[in-house]
Amino acid sequence: MTSSFLRKFRIVFSAVVLICFVLVFIDFRSLIPVKYINYLLYLQFVPSAIKYFNLKTVAAAGFLVVLLLTLLSGRTYCSFLCPLGIGQDLNSRIGGKIRKKFRRFGFKKPHTIIRYSLLAITLGVTIVWGIYLLTLLDPYSIFGRFVTFFIKPVILLLNNFLAHIFGKFDIYSISHIDIKGFSLITYSIPVVFLLLTAILSLIKGRLYCNMICPVGTLLGLLSKISLFRIKFAESKCTRCGRCSLACKSSCIDFLNLNIDISRCVDCFNCISSCPEKALSYGLVSSKSTEQRTDESKRRFIAGSLLMLFGISQSARAQEKSVPVPKRESTVKESKTSPVCPPGAGSIEDFTKHCTACSICITACPNDVLKPSVKQYGITGLLQPVMDYHKSFCTYNCTVCTEVCPTSALKPLLLEAKKLTQIGKVNFIKDNCIVKTEKTACGACSEACPTKAVYMIPYEGNLVIPETNQEICIGCGHCEYACPTTPYKAIYVDGNPIHQAAKKPENKESEITTPVEFPF
Amino acid sequence: MRRREFFKTSLGAGVAAGAALSLGGYDKLWASSPVSTKYDMVAVMGGNPDAMFDLGIQELGGMGMFVQKGQKVLVKPNIGWDVIPELGANTNPALVKRIIEHCFKAGAKEVYVFDHTCDNWTNTYKNSGIEKAAKSAGAKVVPGNSESYYQAIEIPGGVKLKTAKVHEILLETDVFINVPVLKDHNSTRMTACLKNNMGIVWDRGFWHSNNLHQCIADYALYEKKPALNVVDCYNVMVKHGPQGVSKEDVVQMKSQILTTDWVAGDTAAAKMLGVDPQKIDYIPIAYKMGLGNMNLESLNIKRIKM
Repeated sequence: MTSSFLRKFRIVFSAVVLICFVLVFIDFRSLIPVKYINYLLYLQFVPSAIKYFNLKTVAAAGFLVVLLLTLLSGRTYCSFLCPLGIGQDLNSRIGGKIRKKFRRFGFKKPHTIIRYSLLAITLGVTIVWGIYLLTLLDPYSIFGRFVTFFIKPVILLLNNFLAHIFGKFDIYSISHIDIKGFSLITYSIPVVFLLLTAILSLIKGRLYCNMICPVGTLLGLLSKISLFRIKFAESKCTRCGRCSLACKSSCIDFLNLNIDISRCVDCFNCISSCPEKALSYGLVSSKSTEQRTDESKRRFIAGSLLMLFGISQSARAQEKSVPVPKRESTVKESKTSPVCPPGAGSIEDFTKHCTACSICITACPNDVLKPSVKQYGITGLLQPVMDYHKSFCTYNCTVCTEVCPTSALKPLLLEAKKLTQIGKVNFIKDNCIVKTEKTACGACSEACPTKAVYMIPYEGNLVIPETNQEICIGCGHCEYACPTTPYKAIYVDGNPIHQAAKKPENKESEITTPVEFPF
Repeated sequence: MRRREFFKTSLGAGVAAGAALSLGGYDKLWASSPVSTKYDMVAVMGGNPDAMFDLGIQELGGMGMFVQKGQKVLVKPNIGWDVIPELGANTNPALVKRIIEHCFKAGAKEVYVFDHTCDNWTNTYKNSGIEKAAKSAGAKVVPGNSESYYQAIEIPGGVKLKTAKVHEILLETDVFINVPVLKDHNSTRMTACLKNNMGIVWDRGFWHSNNLHQCIADYALYEKKPALNVVDCYNVMVKHGPQGVSKEDVVQMKSQILTTDWVAGDTAAAKMLGVDPQKIDYIPIAYKMGLGNMNLESLNIKRIKM
């Protein structure tokens, strides 16, 4: 195909995909059904691969579809489906508007050593040690963090401005949403990657995707044997070089009529730029494949694939313990373990599979999930953790377990979630208002959905909290509601391995329906 | 601008109230406040929430006694918890709806409904059934989830609670109708009229940490008092309150208390729950502060059984 339709199609398609991704990550009113979020995230390469190797289910094989797609069509994933790639394309356009020079690319040599080293290191670390580098480099997760950390707050500001204006006119359909933000240190990584991808894409097109991104490099290797690709018609080409200037990947060596297919992201800009229609996208001719076949490279690809499929097995063999904070001995809340979200199973299992894309953080209607600082240790930076000083886990909700694309959080039915104990309540009597002030409080017990925190007689008319850890699910509502400062009188200590809580028992009351007014 | 002006007048009124207090004691302040009706209290039993309200309000002389043409009304139910209506943790939506309808019939310009929920506010508004019921009756459902909706007020004469941040809609409306649900409460023993005010303010934690009972009574000093209290005693949570665990906590009492005196309302409500009102500290405290009458014998009460 030589028509400019391909490029137009790519632009429209990718714009829709990008908008969908942004919407999913800024959906602060939870308007998008989880089902559709799952459809959208299904084809994201890294999350899908992690889920596949974790659950061993074909239903989670979105990444296999991507691999097949790449074998068929080249790196179309990078231009059509990767939100970070599409976002960079957009930024590159902006770059071109600022300075025309930024959109004149021209052929450049590939950064072979850097890109293959990064791919090898990422694969190696993931297989031998853990998910940590993937968390940093997975393009989908990087994009998710951008929206959650930088775009969503701006949208909320806008929303709050509108809510303010509408409120003046007595319209309350838009409500003010408090912007709570995260720990300052957690912004460091998203900021670094934002600068990196923004600057590179602004002035160098797809350089990030072709130098740093391990998914781009992996798919690039695979695309070398893809069936469909960009081709030159030697007879038509006048060596004008327009295609090379238009190529965001700087992969067209027009003088030698050679295209570095491993870097080509199938954006089709070259096809549109060629006045002679000398470039086309189509089935590769057998001759050219024969010429370019490189056995050693093929072995590398096969090896990489094998390694990928072996990940889960090797990863399972690596039983790494998660570092936990030291126990304190004062009336300070002595948390021995962070609380990780329901559906995680255990902290260990969770931290092994979470790429910190932050979709759960942004989807949580109660804003209780925060990117971790050191709760899971340095390697777990940015993975979500429950912050019960800021909020609590709402009893009738399972959203985080449903949106997770990597299966770090596994879907829980509401009834199961209500019996999943992610932590246990602990009461510090010496901090409690009822003891220190000798006045009534009970905020914790009021908040408790299972009555794992209840009140027993204390001095005089007063009642004081008592806890029953067996029916506690660790939702943290008591800790959130407790008004004492700086230390809470009641707190939830995380369960490193989630447990089953007992179902709260309840008997009919002895009070009966009245027949007369008692006054 | 309007809001600011209102705020100023409120402050002025507050100062005046304070002056009245320092000069003449609490009783005078109280004596000057509510609407005078035929009965101090109407108690209805045996019907559906909406039908009981129809009867009760009729006995009080109709909604026109409380709401004048063109006025803005705040109907403040208890929408605290993310549970379904049958569990009695929130005010019955059918009752809220009927009250709003009466307000409009009396000529109200606008009716607003809100609460500062304990659970996630969107889910709570939705699952309580109140958002839908209120909207279907034509009321505006106002969010209370953000501190930005709350404005500082002063409570002259408050023993512990001298300032509070109250929802702007309370300041912007002309008439306040308090519609609590009667429930057991784990620490204060009971929640009904006075305790429903905890959903009007932002910083509940302050109340909890500064003598909860005294703060509940203190808030009742604030000059923006309800013209009418309607205590929903239809599905009554008799234990594990205020949130409840399951339907075993609920007893269907099919009753309703309408009164202009919220201390009297709480006293009667306590008796419905089978609790000695003296044991619910904030009731005798409020009584002693002159905020209402807990001596039900001295009141003119109409009791109706349907």
